[in-house]
Amino acid sequence: MDIHEYQAKEILARFGVTVPAGGLAYSPEQASYCAREIGGERWVVKAQIHAGGRGEAGGVRLCRTDVEIMQAAADMLGRRLVTRQTDQRGKLVGRVYVEAATAIRQELYLGLVLDRAAERIMVVASRSGGMDIEQIAAESPDSLLRIVIDPASGLVEFQARELAFALALDSGLVPKFVRLLRGAYRAFRDLDATMVEINPLVVTEGGELVALDCKMSFDDNALFRRPRIAELRDRSQEDPRESAAADRGLAYVGLDGEIGCMINGAGLAMATMDMIKLAGGAPANFLDIGGGASPERVLEAFRVVLGDANVKAMLVNIFAGINRCDWVAEGVVAAFRELDVKIPVVVRLSGTNVEAGNRIIAESGLPIVTASTLAEAAEKAVAALRTRSA
Amino acid sequence: MTILLDRTTRVIVQGMSGRIGQFHTQMMIDYGTNVVGGVTPGKGGTTLLGRPIFNTVKEAVAQAGAEATLVFVPPPFAADAIMEAADAGLRLAVCVTDGIPAQDMMRAKRFLRRYRAEARLRLIGPNCAGVISPGQAMMGIMPDHIYSQGRIGIVGRSGTLGYEAASQLKALGLGVSTSVGIGGDPINGSSFRDILELFEADPETDAVLMIGEIGGPQEAEAARYWKEQMRKPLAAYVAGLSAPKGRKMGHAGAIISAFGESAQEKVEMLAELGVAIAPNPSLMGETVARMLERPATGG
Repeated sequence: MDIHEYQAKEILARFGVTVPAGGLAYSPEQASYCAREIGGERWVVKAQIHAGGRGEAGGVRLCRTDVEIMQAAADMLGRRLVTRQTDQRGKLVGRVYVEAATAIRQELYLGLVLDRAAERIMVVASRSGGMDIEQIAAESPDSLLRIVIDPASGLVEFQARELAFALALDSGLVPKFVRLLRGAYRAFRDLDATMVEINPLVVTEGGELVALDCKMSFDDNALFRRPRIAELRDRSQEDPRESAAADRGLAYVGLDGEIGCMINGAGLAMATMDMIKLAGGAPANFLDIGGGASPERVLEAFRVVLGDANVKAMLVNIFAGINRCDWVAEGVVAAFRELDVKIPVVVRLSGTNVEAGNRIIAESGLPIVTASTLAEAAEKAVAALRTRSA
Repeated sequence: MTILLDRTTRVIVQGMSGRIGQFHTQMMIDYGTNVVGGVTPGKGGTTLLGRPIFNTVKEAVAQAGAEATLVFVPPPFAADAIMEAADAGLRLAVCVTDGIPAQDMMRAKRFLRRYRAEARLRLIGPNCAGVISPGQAMMGIMPDHIYSQGRIGIVGRSGTLGYEAASQLKALGLGVSTSVGIGGDPINGSSFRDILELFEADPETDAVLMIGEIGGPQEAEAARYWKEQMRKPLAAYVAGLSAPKGRKMGHAGAIISAFGESAQEKVEMLAELGVAIAPNPSLMGETVARMLERPATGG
C-alpha cells in the first residue's frame, strides 16, 4: 500500500528525520493560510498523488506570493495529474502540501528496500540525488552504495557511519546522517514498510540534512497489525475496479485489452494471459479467484470483469485442486441468469469434479463455448472476439 | 528415493484442527502420507482423524518421532510456527499459508541460520501448493490424481500452473518423480536453485521442468547453477509475458521492479544459457518430451 508524501514525512519526522515545515491544504484558501503559518518568503506547493515524476508534470510549483500560492493550489486541486509514472488518465489531486522552500547545497539519494536477493532490508544511497533510482542506476551505477542489514542485529551504527563517509559528507554532517538513517530504518522495520525513499535528501545552505521528498510503501500482508497505517489508504488514488474487486476478496489488475479473464491461481492467470496474447488477442485484466471459490464468488468475479466496458469476450480457465469445477460451473450459469451476459464466454474446466462441472455447463443450454485445453480456450476466445467484430 | 519425502517420512500438521487443515490432512492420509499427528497449542491430548494432537512441536518429535511438518497456521502466526518447527529439530517444513508479512519471513529465515547446516530445517513455501512424490506421499493441497509416477522433476512458484504442467506430462505418458511448489512470495524458504540441487542428486529424476514467473532474481540464479554444475536437462517456462511493469500480479512476489525481472528478459537469459524454453504454457509437456529426445545439459 502506498501513502502520500506528506504522510510519509509525518511518519519519518516522528522517527527523527528532519523535514521542511509544511501544511496540508484541500483548498487554495487553506494553502494560503498554511504558507502564512509556516512563514518565510518562498514556498513550494506540491500535488499529493501516489506517483512520482510530479515536478516535470507541473505538480510542484515554487511560489513567492500569496497570489501565486492560491493560483498554484487552484491549478492543481481537482485535476488529474499525468506523470511518466501514471497511466494516461493520471491521478486525481485531492490535496496539496505547502512547504517552506529549502536552499539546497547538495542533493543525495537515500532508499531502503526489501531486497529479494539478500532477503534483507537493504539501504541504497548515492551522491546523485534528485534523479530516480533507475536513472541513477543507468547513468552513474558506480555512485550507488549499498548496505545490507542483518535482522538479528538491526542497522549497526558503524554501517551508517561508513555510508556517511562513503557519501563524502562533511564530518559535521556524519552524526546527523547516522541519526537520520537509524530513524528511517526503525520506521521501515517497526511499521512493516516495503520501501522508504528519501529523494532528494538535501544538504541545505545552512548545513542541515533535510528530507525534501519522501515515499513510503507498506506490506499489504502486515496491515492487520498496523491499523494506523491502514487508515492512510486513499481510495481516490486506486483504480476503482481494483478497489471493488479487492473488497470482494479477488485479486484483479485492470489492463487495456478486450478479453476478460477469470482464472484460479496467479501463475495460471498470467500464463493464460500469455496464451491470449500469443493467439493474437489482448487480455483486459488479470483476475485470480483464489482457492475454494464458491458459486457466489464466481458470480462476483463476473460482475467485476463485465464492469469493464472494453471487455468484448470472456475466458474462464479453471484448473481445480482446492477448487471445485462444479461450483465454478454453477457460478458461470448463475452469472448468465443474473447479469444479462451479451458477450461470448469460453469456459475451460480441469481438475477436481471436472465431469460434474462440464455437465452443469452442457445441461444449462446456455451459449457457452467450452474448451478442454489451455491452448484451445485461448484460441476460441480470440476467435469469438474476431467473429463478433467482423 | 525421490526428493524431500517418501511414504515412510513421519509428518505432522501444524494447524490441523482448522477446517482447511483437517480437510487436507485427510486427503494426505488417503494418499498414503505417513501423518503421525498434529500440533495445536491448547488442544494437546486430544485426537483428530485418529491422530494424536500435541501442544508443541517438541512433544510431537518426542512422542511421535515427527520428521516433517505441513504448516497450515494463519498468516499472523505462521512464521512463529516455522521457527518452532526449526527449534524442535524437524528437517522439513512445507508452509501453505498465504499472506505472511514479508518481514516475518525475513526474520524466520534468519532464525533458521542459527542451526548448523546439517541440523537445519529446510523450508518449502510459504504460499505454495506443497510437495508431492507420486505413488509415495504428498504434503500440500494439490489434486493428487493428475500426477502419474515417473522421472521428471517439477519445480514452480505457482500451484495451478504446476497442475497444468503435470497434466500435460501425464497426457504425453510422462510421469513425475517429485513436484515442488516453492510459492509466490518475495521471500521464500527454498529457491529454484535449492530444489534443482536436490533433483540433480536424486537418482530417480532424469530431467527437470522449472516454472517461473515475473519478479525476483531466482530463475536467473537457478539457470546459472544449471549451466555451471548440473548434468540433468532442464526445461523452463516463465509466466507473465503480458504483465505490465510495477503491477503486482496476484502473488506478492510477482511484480517487475528491477532490470531482468520481466518474463521476456528471463526467457532470453535462460535461452542464452541453453535451457529448453516452453514458448507458451500449453507446450510445457511437449518441451520436456522433446528435450528428452535431444537433451541439452548443463554442467
